[in-house]
Amino acid sequence: MNASVLRPGTPAPDFSLHSTPDQSVSLSDFRGRPVILAFYPADWSPVCGDQMALYNEILSEFRDHNAELLGISVDGIWCHLAFADNRKLHFPLLADFEPKGHVARQYGVYRDRDGTSERALFVIDGDGIIRWSYVSPVGINPGADGILRALEALPKGEEHGV
Amino acid sequence: MVFSDDRAQLQAPVTDRDHAQGASDAPVTLVEYGDYECPHCGRAFPIIKDAQRRLGGRLRFVFRHFPLTEAHAHAQHAAEAAEAAASQGRFWEMHDSLFEHQRALADPHLLEYAKAIGLDVAGFRQELDSHVHARHVRADFLGGVRSGVNGTPTFFINDLRYDDALDAASLVSALEAAIPAPHRR
Repeated sequence: MNASVLRPGTPAPDFSLHSTPDQSVSLSDFRGRPVILAFYPADWSPVCGDQMALYNEILSEFRDHNAELLGISVDGIWCHLAFADNRKLHFPLLADFEPKGHVARQYGVYRDRDGTSERALFVIDGDGIIRWSYVSPVGINPGADGILRALEALPKGEEHGV
Repeated sequence: MVFSDDRAQLQAPVTDRDHAQGASDAPVTLVEYGDYECPHCGRAFPIIKDAQRRLGGRLRFVFRHFPLTEAHAHAQHAAEAAEAAASQGRFWEMHDSLFEHQRALADPHLLEYAKAIGLDVAGFRQELDSHVHARHVRADFLGGVRSGVNGTPTFFINDLRYDDALDAASLVSALEAAIPAPHRR
């Protein structure tokens, strides 16, 4: 376990990262709605593919909670675009590419030895406070049950914004 | 924050609406969450047959749908085809046909398999076209998500996720180990 992983109750550090070559996404864009941050080590590796493919199938359940899913890895934006196109992903993949892993470091989920992030999940409420976090063993797809439980545990007012 | 070593538990209990081979009072139940277009599930298919032969009446096998529809273009419709066959009492015949022809799962193929297993093809086609079984398939899928299913195939043995190797020897020994002592051989 990484002792520095941001815990529930901590304000989520804001960031602005590219989701396409000419568009950026900021965490603060989603204020008033829950955000699911899914850090993963790399595009194309089999486990990540399965994890993102799974989330891709559950977007309607996430939307029932008015929640936005953001995938984040240190891969560059062109890599993300090819990966998202190949896997037909319907949610943004953000490039934590320059400075490499800067956002992952802020959330306490950067793996110095590997040069990638952990496989880590954060559920952030509409006020920008982390409500749940989970670091999975890097080779294991954590599934989505924890995310759904965390979204259900959010007070209704926060879930839908004020 | 924990790294959990606990195996995930099946959150959706086996009920009458499930498709099962074997008696409901069998001492061990194997639940698979699978996708008819998933090659790993295809590899698991003969392994399960083998386990069923080896455990005989001591094993109940349940199959639930977990189609990854964006990754596998035909997976959803194939799952609905199995349900349409089920409404004519032929779930397992269709299940086997689908896994035996994983690379040929477009609608015309599904109709061929329906004919080959002796279904009323018109009724089958009507159910397939109107997606009457989509909700059942989605309910299986979401029950799986709740239970920590993270890909296919995922197996549960007596409600505990099986995370070991997918070969007949490993699976059979895990099934045997889950059988209460009086039923063991």
